[in-house]
Amino acid sequence: MPELVITVARFGFLILLWIFVFTVVGVIRRDLFAGARSGRLVAAPRGVGAATQQQAAKPAKAKRGRAAHQLVVTAGQLAGTRITLGEAQITIGRAEDSTLVITDDYASARHARLVPRDGQWFVEDLGSTNGTYLDRAKVTGPTPVPLGVPIRIGRTSLELRP
Amino acid sequence: MTAAAHPVVSPATTGERPGVRLARSRRNAELSLLVLAMVLVAAYGAIVEANLLDTVTRDFWMPAAALGLVFLGMHLVIRWLAPYADPALLPAVALLNGIGVGFLRRLDLGKAAPADRETLAIFAGTGGRQLAWTLAAVILAAGLLVVMRDHRAVSRYAYTLGLAGIVLVMIPAVLPGRFSEINGAKLWIRVGGFSIQPGEFAKLALLVFFAYYLVRKREVLSLASRRVLGIDFPRGRDLGPVVGVWLISLLVLVFEKDLGTSLLYFGMFVVTLYIATERVSWLLIGLVLFFGGAYLAYVLGGTVGGPFANFYTRAEIWLDPFAEPYDRGYQLVQGLLGLGSGGLFGSGPGAGEPLEIPEVQNDFIFAGIGEEIGLFGLTALLVVYLLIVERGLRAGLAVRDSFGKLVAGGLAFTLGLQVFVIVGGISKLIPLTGQTTPFLSAGGSSLMANWLLIAVLLRISDAARRPVNQGGGPASRPGGGPPEQLHGAPTEVIRP
Repeated sequence: MPELVITVARFGFLILLWIFVFTVVGVIRRDLFAGARSGRLVAAPRGVGAATQQQAAKPAKAKRGRAAHQLVVTAGQLAGTRITLGEAQITIGRAEDSTLVITDDYASARHARLVPRDGQWFVEDLGSTNGTYLDRAKVTGPTPVPLGVPIRIGRTSLELRP
Repeated sequence: MTAAAHPVVSPATTGERPGVRLARSRRNAELSLLVLAMVLVAAYGAIVEANLLDTVTRDFWMPAAALGLVFLGMHLVIRWLAPYADPALLPAVALLNGIGVGFLRRLDLGKAAPADRETLAIFAGTGGRQLAWTLAAVILAAGLLVVMRDHRAVSRYAYTLGLAGIVLVMIPAVLPGRFSEINGAKLWIRVGGFSIQPGEFAKLALLVFFAYYLVRKREVLSLASRRVLGIDFPRGRDLGPVVGVWLISLLVLVFEKDLGTSLLYFGMFVVTLYIATERVSWLLIGLVLFFGGAYLAYVLGGTVGGPFANFYTRAEIWLDPFAEPYDRGYQLVQGLLGLGSGGLFGSGPGAGEPLEIPEVQNDFIFAGIGEEIGLFGLTALLVVYLLIVERGLRAGLAVRDSFGKLVAGGLAFTLGLQVFVIVGGISKLIPLTGQTTPFLSAGGSSLMANWLLIAVLLRISDAARRPVNQGGGPASRPGGGPPEQLHGAPTEVIRP
């Protein structure tokens, strides 16, 4: 085999190795900065261009107020956890089958739940021992949750984000 | 070969559109990356043949194709059972595994007489055996994905797994040397011509137990503390378990004569403790305990000898490998010379002399590969490891239950620590220990255990990235109707 071919192949292999590395980085890049920009969470129809979709989505959002798309834990042991909101309710408690399992001494097994109704999320206490608070007020019945207002459960604090 | 790769690269990059949603499963990106990884493995095989045989045989692509089929099977299983799993994990691991198989085949070619090289069967030798082990390991990993549909269910078997882990660690220590000793380290169970390394599997079992234990105890460990010099130190009685694990890891060091494994277990425990409690003091205590213990073993090895002698020898070689370059320091010196002669870009796959290094197919595989692809290529492989670890930690950050967080974080860290221990050992940063290089080294136990680890990470990352209204148990039906089954259902509570 000619020397030149082998040399080209050798360096080509090394370059291809780095191309692989950077392609992987490219694939996970969005994850690294996830949350930095708002995204719509429920899978959008495939094949629709991303840019046109966002433009189309913006006026719709402005009309009916900004919808919540993420539930973010801002304090407590799970701080930093994000849940992508869909159509389903979110249960919070120490029970293992809760959507958000919090291991907090002040939380009950089934502590509270978040239920969506017509695009608005409601928080509801499920008869917990220590109560659920929306900002400073104790939650007694289903209460609408505005964006960015903390829901407090024991030492854990949650917020809805767009 | 680069020309052949271009059509493959472009779908991978276009699959990464700026508007891709988190909720998208990203399986197509995984498939394109997988194809790219297999192209790399095939290119590696072709260059090896060009260098060693002076020609490229018509079957050079066969190992890459066989591996590709195995990984494609895994990809389909992920599509079916864990559709939201991390798309970067499988291709990254596939690349490392493929390069490992390619390098082992290169060693087989190098060992064969020049006349026999062209006819060397693809499924023969160490390379062929590694190919078979890969198949077994991937089947095992797929099986774990089938059995473990929800990682939280594993916490029910935490105590069983903990006991199994301790038993697995202890078996080689109590077996007589002729059943368990290879090259001075008692880490194996040898039956006939067959040897398995139970410690590799014990790693996983023990980690599940640690995670379960710490989810239950984290409050006590993180809250009850005394403040000294601005750092919170735990109460004396809460130190019990960590001291216990420290003793076990020292026993491993003494009776199995293996620093690497003991460092691995101890590091694993301290880091899960740190993840659970967020107390820096645990890291400090852990480091002080380990270095104190290792230094004590060194001093004892120099004066008393006995069970500590092996560690003392290794530390002496580490301090000055060139003192006895043809005797005790031979392996390390040859590894360093190999890395050095590889230089920045290496001699090219197939053009180096890796067979000069003893045990190049196991512990020193990184030195052997490094000679041929140079620092430039070696760094790429290390970055691939880094990405795997990062994806594991990311899954730990994103998952919603504490048990999953601890398991994912601990497993990812353990993988990273193992790479550090072995790469640090061959590059003379730390004393050399008998660790396998994950996914690269020849050997079934290590490959299977690490593929199982990846399966657990895939499962947890699937749970972390899955949108809440997609599956996730009967509780989350779309529409948000009343959850009639929730209140009556029997529950499993992690914290009593």
